[in-house]
Amino acid sequence: MSLDSKIPSGPIQEKWDRHRFESKLVNPANRRKHTVIIVGTGLAGGAAAASLGELGYNVLSFCIHDSARRAHSIAAQGGINAAKNYQNDGDSIWRLFYDTVKGGDYRSREANVYRLAQLSVNIIDQCVAQGVPFAREYGGQLDNRSFGGAQVSRTFYARGQTGQQLLLGAYQSMMRQVAKGNVTMFSQREMLDVVVIDGKARGIIVRNLVTGQLERYVADAVCLATGGYGTAYYLSTNAVNSNVTAAWRAHKRGAYFANPCFTQIHPTCIPVSGDDQSKLTLMSESLRNDGRVWVPKNQGDKRHPNDIPESERDYYLERKYPSFGNLVPRDVASRNAKLVCDDGRGVGDSGLAVYLDFKDAIGRLGEPMVAGRYGNLFDMYRKITDENPYKEPMRMYPAIHYTMGGLWVDYNLMSTIPGLHVLGEANFSDHGANRLGASALMQGLADGYFVIPYTLAHYMASTPVPQVTTDHDAFKEAENNVQERINTMLSVKGSKTPRALHRELGRLLWDEVGMSRTDAGLKRALAKIPQLRDEFWQNVSVPGDANNMNKNLEYAGRVADYLEFGELLAMDALHRTESCGGHFREESQTPDGEAKRDDESFSYAAAWQYQGVGSAPTLHKEPLSFEHVKPSQRSYK
Amino acid sequence: MKVHLKVWRQAGPLAPGRLVDYTADNVSPDMSFLEMLDSVNETLIAKGEEPIAFDSDCREGICGTCGVMVDGRPHGPDSCTTVCQLHMRRYKDGDTIVIEPWRAMAFPLIKDLVVDRAAFDRIIQAGGYTSVNTGGAQDANAILIPKTIADEAFESAMCIGCGACVAACKNASAALFTSAKITHLALLPQGQVEAKTRVVAMVDAMDTAGFGGCSNEGECEAVCPKGISLRNIATMNKEYRRAILS
Repeated sequence: MSLDSKIPSGPIQEKWDRHRFESKLVNPANRRKHTVIIVGTGLAGGAAAASLGELGYNVLSFCIHDSARRAHSIAAQGGINAAKNYQNDGDSIWRLFYDTVKGGDYRSREANVYRLAQLSVNIIDQCVAQGVPFAREYGGQLDNRSFGGAQVSRTFYARGQTGQQLLLGAYQSMMRQVAKGNVTMFSQREMLDVVVIDGKARGIIVRNLVTGQLERYVADAVCLATGGYGTAYYLSTNAVNSNVTAAWRAHKRGAYFANPCFTQIHPTCIPVSGDDQSKLTLMSESLRNDGRVWVPKNQGDKRHPNDIPESERDYYLERKYPSFGNLVPRDVASRNAKLVCDDGRGVGDSGLAVYLDFKDAIGRLGEPMVAGRYGNLFDMYRKITDENPYKEPMRMYPAIHYTMGGLWVDYNLMSTIPGLHVLGEANFSDHGANRLGASALMQGLADGYFVIPYTLAHYMASTPVPQVTTDHDAFKEAENNVQERINTMLSVKGSKTPRALHRELGRLLWDEVGMSRTDAGLKRALAKIPQLRDEFWQNVSVPGDANNMNKNLEYAGRVADYLEFGELLAMDALHRTESCGGHFREESQTPDGEAKRDDESFSYAAAWQYQGVGSAPTLHKEPLSFEHVKPSQRSYK
Repeated sequence: MKVHLKVWRQAGPLAPGRLVDYTADNVSPDMSFLEMLDSVNETLIAKGEEPIAFDSDCREGICGTCGVMVDGRPHGPDSCTTVCQLHMRRYKDGDTIVIEPWRAMAFPLIKDLVVDRAAFDRIIQAGGYTSVNTGGAQDANAILIPKTIADEAFESAMCIGCGACVAACKNASAALFTSAKITHLALLPQGQVEAKTRVVAMVDAMDTAGFGGCSNEGECEAVCPKGISLRNIATMNKEYRRAILS
């Protein structure tokens, strides 16, 4: 099957307008007759459910949490970008588009990114109308800050809790539609399969996490907004229940998985403290606006940071990148932290950390001003580490944070299974090989509020689907598959916990498919993952049964999927012998150690087709062309 | 260090429950409280026994999923801290800790420490929103909002919906949760349009869901991990009077 990205013709500025005009509409009176399943209630899924409900479709919304308000979008701290140019500092839709394509290291689709930049301005209007309490200036206007290496101030924020406020806005809009009867909410449900009938996605199988029963739901179309796969690495900044299961099961039913090796490692997270740690906590990148990153100049310098004189500190980002300094993009900051730690200059007990120091900022601005900007983050750091960042530098180390790869989608956000649409972090399209700060919230909401209402309407208006019920054989087959997998997991009765296996997989992926990747290391990972997978199916312990709430059973299922997915992740990283964005292959670097792309060979999205567990997937390439932003070696010097 | 636990175990809503003794060995002071529970569960699972069911997700204090009574106090002894952010350095070797679920009629128990908080969703469904559809919103800077007002609205909007306020209240009242949303929206011009219908509908929904009335003792504020102020309840009462009397 060839990949058709369905990018509309015409000048890039007019593509989305033209596409909207050319898309078919569903008559308002007929919308009620169309049922849409939306899995996930984060920014993308929540916004989609609210918007489609408002339009009058019959929306069925599913989430694994006890409430739609808990999706992990809620943890986003820093902000949301929009090309409003309220600051008169030179921003524009074109500049946001340009920055995003460049920041993505020329591995995203220009037309999608341009649309995202266009829609960014509508998102802020929409959220303010919902009552999202963004930060404001004393004159009553919205405040902005510069974020993640951008040279303009285009980031809107609500203290360090922007994701929470945006998500509650979407959630409240969605609850309004629940009350009106347009959206039916199914919380505590985990999607375990997509049902494909006559080649089209027509339903899902979910497990009711309270009763344990498997349930079948039928619809005209299915949307997945189930987030990324960062918890494949076990330790990440993602919530502990975040998982790849829904996307992976869709992949197994025929949806291609694109660019899984594009993973983002966030440079400022609280370092790992012990073996029992369950997750890593991110400290917003906004800290780099005022904090200075350093390590001792000398290897193995174990003095307290406050005892190390200025002359013996290496502010390595400021030294290597004089024009961007501490504000270099995430991938560059992360890699440099690894380099100085590999060089034996890392700090803290583990030697796997660098300092982020606010001494100068406190000297310049005063403690109250610094507290006003970062107080909640400093409190969080103090709670976790028992150290006071007002008095001594914070210790930071990179951690897996976001995944740019995801299910392949066309311009309409439709996967290679007709009718199966994928929104937000779960798809692959807009961030290329590296996502810029404050762009995830933008993409999730753009997909949910402003893209899917048009593209899904077009799909439903132009694709008649026959009436089917959940008694269809395809539903039975899918449910049986799910049931069988659950029964097998329960019957192993081994002695190893799912968490122990997950931790092993995570360590392996972090070591070999993490910040820095090599041919030999990736081959080691590919040899080891099938062994771990075998161990899982021979020796996993899942006590209890499937007929009530069994959180360990849920978790075991997700780990089992990661043990399959991990192989694809490593395989994609092995095949892409270039470095780009978050994917750094040691074999491909410039003389001064920066990522070196190979546009001749790799200017494409790699979309993988599933061929069975342990069988090599088939690679399909979507060529990427750059007409407006000419690829160049990124330089932040 | 080693800590002794007394944990509420209950197989299902109708099954009898009881406190069961466990010992957590090798507890490090840097562990979070929930990581300590994870480690107890790991031992149970490896032995083929059913682990203790408890809710948690983001583990950074913002999603509102976690929440248990720790020695009779929601989220444990630290103020303004969710139980996922409580760390074991708060305890010493040999301590005994009693862990129980939220107890409120409107939060029926599902299993062990997990309760059903869907009643909170129903309160929001009754009016915790502005009635604007997607698209057609005017420019975000068209309505100026004083910084002090925006900041005040934010203070109320910070509620994470964990239910600690209900668990702490002798009446199992949801007044703090409900009033935080009412206050957030009543402060902003975008929310004032529907302020009157909202407050009446949300208070009705709160009563219908089986939450008790507020008798103004302030346990809710004391245990709220986000420090939501009792003043929100005063605002709710004022808004309610204004709505029904005018």
